[in-house]
Amino acid sequence: MLIFERSHPGRRNAAQAPHHAAVAKGIPAALLRKDQPLLPEASEMDVVRHYTGLSQKNFSIDTHFYPLGSCTMKYNPRACNTLAMLPNFLARHPLAPESTGQGVLACLYDLQEILKDVTGMAGVSLMPMAGAQGEFAGIAMIRAYHESRGDAARSEIIVPDAAHGTNPATAVMCGYTVKEISTNANGDVDLDALRAAVGPQTAGLMLTNPSTLGVFETQIQAIQKIIHEAGGLLYYDGANLNAILGKVKPGDMGFDVIHMNLHKTFSTPHGGGGPGAGAVGVAQRLLPFLPLPVVERFPSPLAGEGARRAGEGASGETVSYRYLTEQDLPQSIGHLSAFSGNIGILLRAYVYARMLGAEGMHRVAEFATLNANYLMAELHKAGFTVAFPKRRASHEFIVSIKPLKDATGISAMDVAKRLLDKGYHPPTTYFPMLVPECLLIEPTETESKEVLDGFVNALKEIRDEAYATPELVKGAPHTMPVRRLDDVKAARELDLTWKSNV
Amino acid sequence: MPFIPHTEQDIQSMLASIGAANIDALFDEIPAALRSGKLTAIGDGLNEMQVARLMHERAAQDSQPLNFIGAGAYEHHIPAAVWEIATRGEFYTAYTPYQAEASQGTLQTLYEYQTMIASLTGMDASNVSLYDGASALAEAILMAVRAHKSSRRVLLPATVSPLYRSVAHSIVKLQNIELVEVPFDIATGIIDMQALQQHAGGDIAALVIPQPNFFGALEDVDALTAWAHAQGALAIALVNPLTLALLKAPGQWAEKGADIAVGDGQPLGAPLSSGGPYFGFMCCKQALVRQMPGRIIGRTVDLDGKPGFTLTLQAREQHIRRAKATSNICSNQGLMVTAATIHMALLGVDGLRRVAAAAHANTAALAEQAGGIAGVKCLFVGAHFHEVALQLPKQVAQVLDKMRAQGVLGGYDLSAHYPQLGNAILVCATETKTTADLQRYVDTLQHSL
Repeated sequence: MLIFERSHPGRRNAAQAPHHAAVAKGIPAALLRKDQPLLPEASEMDVVRHYTGLSQKNFSIDTHFYPLGSCTMKYNPRACNTLAMLPNFLARHPLAPESTGQGVLACLYDLQEILKDVTGMAGVSLMPMAGAQGEFAGIAMIRAYHESRGDAARSEIIVPDAAHGTNPATAVMCGYTVKEISTNANGDVDLDALRAAVGPQTAGLMLTNPSTLGVFETQIQAIQKIIHEAGGLLYYDGANLNAILGKVKPGDMGFDVIHMNLHKTFSTPHGGGGPGAGAVGVAQRLLPFLPLPVVERFPSPLAGEGARRAGEGASGETVSYRYLTEQDLPQSIGHLSAFSGNIGILLRAYVYARMLGAEGMHRVAEFATLNANYLMAELHKAGFTVAFPKRRASHEFIVSIKPLKDATGISAMDVAKRLLDKGYHPPTTYFPMLVPECLLIEPTETESKEVLDGFVNALKEIRDEAYATPELVKGAPHTMPVRRLDDVKAARELDLTWKSNV
Repeated sequence: MPFIPHTEQDIQSMLASIGAANIDALFDEIPAALRSGKLTAIGDGLNEMQVARLMHERAAQDSQPLNFIGAGAYEHHIPAAVWEIATRGEFYTAYTPYQAEASQGTLQTLYEYQTMIASLTGMDASNVSLYDGASALAEAILMAVRAHKSSRRVLLPATVSPLYRSVAHSIVKLQNIELVEVPFDIATGIIDMQALQQHAGGDIAALVIPQPNFFGALEDVDALTAWAHAQGALAIALVNPLTLALLKAPGQWAEKGADIAVGDGQPLGAPLSSGGPYFGFMCCKQALVRQMPGRIIGRTVDLDGKPGFTLTLQAREQHIRRAKATSNICSNQGLMVTAATIHMALLGVDGLRRVAAAAHANTAALAEQAGGIAGVKCLFVGAHFHEVALQLPKQVAQVLDKMRAQGVLGGYDLSAHYPQLGNAILVCATETKTTADLQRYVDTLQHSL
């Protein structure tokens, strides 16, 4: 039942609304609305029951094992939420003077410093609001860098075929054309293809390392050399940073710019699609181009000559932290949000980072990798086809269901849907597209051995069912609020809004 | 170990299964020269008690002055149930609803949101959010250029927030799109129709129409929409969703209505939170749905014919279309949309109208009372919604600073972006302000001049 179907004309929530009459005086009639928008008229209890009931139709980390590859569905500590939602943090207006926000700015500054340390980059801006916006910021900085040197002929971004779809989409949004290069049999970049692809037109290479195939790119030093010798810059897609946190720094691998998905590695919630946070880090030569604003503690090495000092604010107040603006970073790629990014999310990441501490950062990669390799070993022993059995798994790995499909007709999609009946959220399916009928499995460090063992057993049961009762698997799920949905009808007969006469 | 459940026995049995001597061996494919040493900037881990102490101390450093700043972010009462429900783990810790059968809660909520926001804006379709209002405006400009096909020029009036214009510029300039500023009438603070008319006959992809505009003034949206359509350009409405409880919906502007409506959803349940997270909304006419960026939810049926909800039109998106996608957007602001849906459901039409009307009345009363101070006057004649530009007899920064010292945030300083307005501030009094608050504002302003 939709909330609109619980609606009764005239039902109101007097406790939530002002006592003021629902009419505005002094606005010309021609500018006023004459119809009534379709909003529910329901009691507070109706609304609370409705959305509580809806929430119970979701799988989530808090309710189920959620090994979605490349998504890092680790436990989101509750303290992060509680402490980011302290009233003073929530109440502050974004355009209030910096003197009224020294506490929040101190947190953001500390977080920048932490992210610089774990990535080995010279500077960080927290402002991008999601991974894809971080990618945009990163590629825009690469473009600004080349243009600042009068190197305008660089028109192409190289992307391996295993990359996330956001990589090529981002390159196009930044005005570049995309050159895709292939992957070799080990899951690494094909170096010959890369050598053939680079040239004076190369602006940069976007690389995810470990890659979406779940393996560390062992030739990273050679790749770095090829790109830099061609005059290009190296972009690190931080989607898989969880695998190497504290073990190897992108800056040390030679990357010039990186985005981090704080909603993955730093455990901020996914919220059913967002908000995320896509902080970017840069090497020294890209510092002038960072997106605004950047939080700086004074005295500052970043703020330019003649820039407003912290203690000499327009209003004369003394502050330790303030935002750097266009005056400080005149070559910046500019603002990507009206104000200052997803600050509430950044505060959650900060609390998480402080709870982990330096040792905890190392442990993230260690136990994410231990869990992935254990799960891969157990599934391999159980007879499942692992995509790269001779490689170490990073924090994730790929199982191909193709042999099972060939034998029984049961596809990766069927296995995924049947997992729902067994109480597990499925892994990522059909990505990366290089491996047929693939499941990309990322257990994360926060799951225990017994949960992983249960998952292995569930997959073994499904395999048995594929032979014994294939219809049971093909018809799955059987225990969810709905069975498989008609996606073709959804796209052909678009029904995007509820209409009261339907 | 924080958030890691492994016992020593677990570790040993897992390593034995893998056939690795120790955990470090699992990293043996990483070239030794690249392995990092100790992290130096992070320090030791804090337990929950320690980190709570730290964050409470930090929060206590942030004062809570009486706020009269709007300028794109608005202080509203948020019903207690909104965030109680939105932060339930089932909403808070779910992923993007790729597995529809296990995500019907999020999907139905988002479908209800699409219905509510499309109805508020009077449009046919909605996505389930972009990052914020400013980036939504940038995406609307890109979408209009895609839809228009021949022109890459978009008219962006000076009455659009300068913060939004800056973001739009950062995002669209890389695709060789030209943003042309249209000046405003200095007496009314709305788009100068004569200046706009100079663009008539030019090849224009779209006109952006803010309502209310950055000054809180109400544009002649019918005339502007009709003008855009007469040029063969799209009309992009930039609106505050709360005000649409009372103001004419973009879908009803002029004869054909605006083509795209965008804005920031913050007034619908998002705390001010120093600037985010908020969410950008985007609605459009049916004909433009396939040009829209972002996730879209559709209602369909399952194998048994039972209604259900799923992500649809995914062929527009980066994970399918890669370099040919309508946008690179992947994560959106989903949880903020869930909160907004609950917020709108709780307030309903009547509640939203009361909030909007109370904010309008408070701002009008504030402007009138402040106008009684010698040297203070409203800059623009004509109707305003819940913000108003005031002219001050003294340099703005000093006045605002004195007000702040007395615990009042007196408004947004317009002088940096609009030097032609002289000593001018933008002031907002939402429904959260009492008669005593308004009096305190006026008294504080008077003492600060």
